[in-house]
Amino acid sequence: MVTRGFTGRGSGGDQSNRIPPGQHLVENFPVLSAGPTPSVDPSDWTFTVKIGPKPVKVWDWSAFNALPKTKITRDIHCVTSWSKLDTAWEGVLVEDILADAGLERPSDFVLAHSYDGYSTNVPLADLLSGKAMVALNYAGKPLPRDHGGPARLLVPHLYFWKSAKWVNALQFTTRDEAGFWELRGYHMYGDPWRQQRYTND
Amino acid sequence: MTENLAQTVPWQSCAITEIVQQTPSIKSFFFRLSKPFAHIAGQHVDVRLTAPDGYSAMRSYSIASWAISSPTIELAIERLPDGEVSQFFHDVAAIGDEIELRGPLGGHFLWPEPAIDPVLLIGAGSGLVPLMAMIRQRRALAQVVPTALLLSARTAEDVLFSEELHSIEISDPMFVFALAITRDQPVRASDYARRIDGVMVQEVLARLYRKPTQVFICGSNSFVNVATDGALLAGLDPSIIKTERYGG
Repeated sequence: MVTRGFTGRGSGGDQSNRIPPGQHLVENFPVLSAGPTPSVDPSDWTFTVKIGPKPVKVWDWSAFNALPKTKITRDIHCVTSWSKLDTAWEGVLVEDILADAGLERPSDFVLAHSYDGYSTNVPLADLLSGKAMVALNYAGKPLPRDHGGPARLLVPHLYFWKSAKWVNALQFTTRDEAGFWELRGYHMYGDPWRQQRYTND
Repeated sequence: MTENLAQTVPWQSCAITEIVQQTPSIKSFFFRLSKPFAHIAGQHVDVRLTAPDGYSAMRSYSIASWAISSPTIELAIERLPDGEVSQFFHDVAAIGDEIELRGPLGGHFLWPEPAIDPVLLIGAGSGLVPLMAMIRQRRALAQVVPTALLLSARTAEDVLFSEELHSIEISDPMFVFALAITRDQPVRASDYARRIDGVMVQEVLARLYRKPTQVFICGSNSFVNVATDGALLAGLDPSIIKTERYGG
C-alpha cells in the first residue's frame, strides 16, 4: 500500500542490496537493552560452556584472551529497523571456543546467557563456520559496556537481539529453547532477510 | 508478562482521525484500527510507510492510549531532526490518511496486572509515552497502587500531557508527580531544576511510602543510563528495573 505523500529518503543507493526489507541505514550505533547496563570487571569475568546444566569448561579473562582471535567485518541489523554496514569486530570464533573445550556437536541448539540474566537461542549451525564469535573488540577498541563489553556474542546474520550483550555462557540444549525475547513475542530464529521479527513471522 | 502469540500479528490499514500538537516537537496522532485489538499498557506498534517506488520505512512507536473498547489508538510522535518517518508524520500526514501498522507488540515493558506493589516510572521527553499508557490504564481501572512519575523535560512547555498529569496528581493522592526541568526554572517548588540523579530518585521514592517492586525507565540511551544509575544509587535492585531506549 503506497502511503500518500511519502517518498522516503531512498533505499541506500548502491548499498541497497545490503539492506534487508523494512530496515534503514544508520551511521551511529544505537543502544538498546531491556534493563540496567551491567558493570563487569574483566578481573571478575568468566565464560562457561555447558551441556544442559553441566559446566564443561570455564575460562577467566586471561585464559579466554589466549584463545585464537579472529577479525571480521559485517553488516548488522536490529529488529527495531536500523542496519549498520561494515562493523569491525575482533573476538574468538565459537568453533575455536568449542575446540578448546574439546567439544564438537553435543547438540544442535544453543542458549547464550548473559550477566544481566538475558538469554537468547541460536541453532549451533548458525554459530559455526566463521559465522559467529564472542567479540571482545569493536572498531579496534575494547568493547564498550553499552555495546555489551567486556564481551558479547556476535551473530551478525541474524537480528541483533541474538548477539547477546555481556555474554557469560553458551549452553547446549537438546531442544530449541526460547530465550528472553523469544518468550516475549519475538521470533525463534530471526532472519532479517525473511523479516522474522515477531513470533510466526 | 510472558506472551506467546499464537499467530502472526497482521498489518492493518488505519485512518488518522485526529492530530493534536502536544508540545513544540511532539504531536499526537489518533488512528482508527480496522482490526481492533486490546493492548497492555507499555506495548508498541510497528508503523510502515511505503513510497511509490516500493521503498518502505518501518519504525516502532509506543502506544500512549490505554486499551479501551474504542477502536482508536494514540501515538505521540516526536519530530526528530533526521527523522525520515517522524518528519513525514509532522509535515505531511493529514486526517483521513491511511497508515499501515501492526500490533500490539512487545512483552517486557508492561504495566503489571494486577498492580499491587508501588511502581516508579521515570521518563524523558517522548519517553513518557509508554509510561502515560500505564498511568492512564491505572486511572481508568481505578487502581490505587502507589505510583510515582519522575519526568525530565527541557522546559515546562516540553512536558508532554502536562495538563492531564497535573489533574491526575490533584485528584489522586496515590499518584506522585515530579518534574526535572533541565533548561529552565521549574514552576512548582516540588520540582527540580537539574538532571535526574540519585538524590532526586531517593526523594521521589520517599513520597511513595513503600519501596517499589517495579521500575520502568524510558528515553534516550544516555538518559536511561543516567536515570538507571540514579535508581541504583537510591538503593533499588537492578533486577526490578525495566528499560526502554530509543534506537536508530
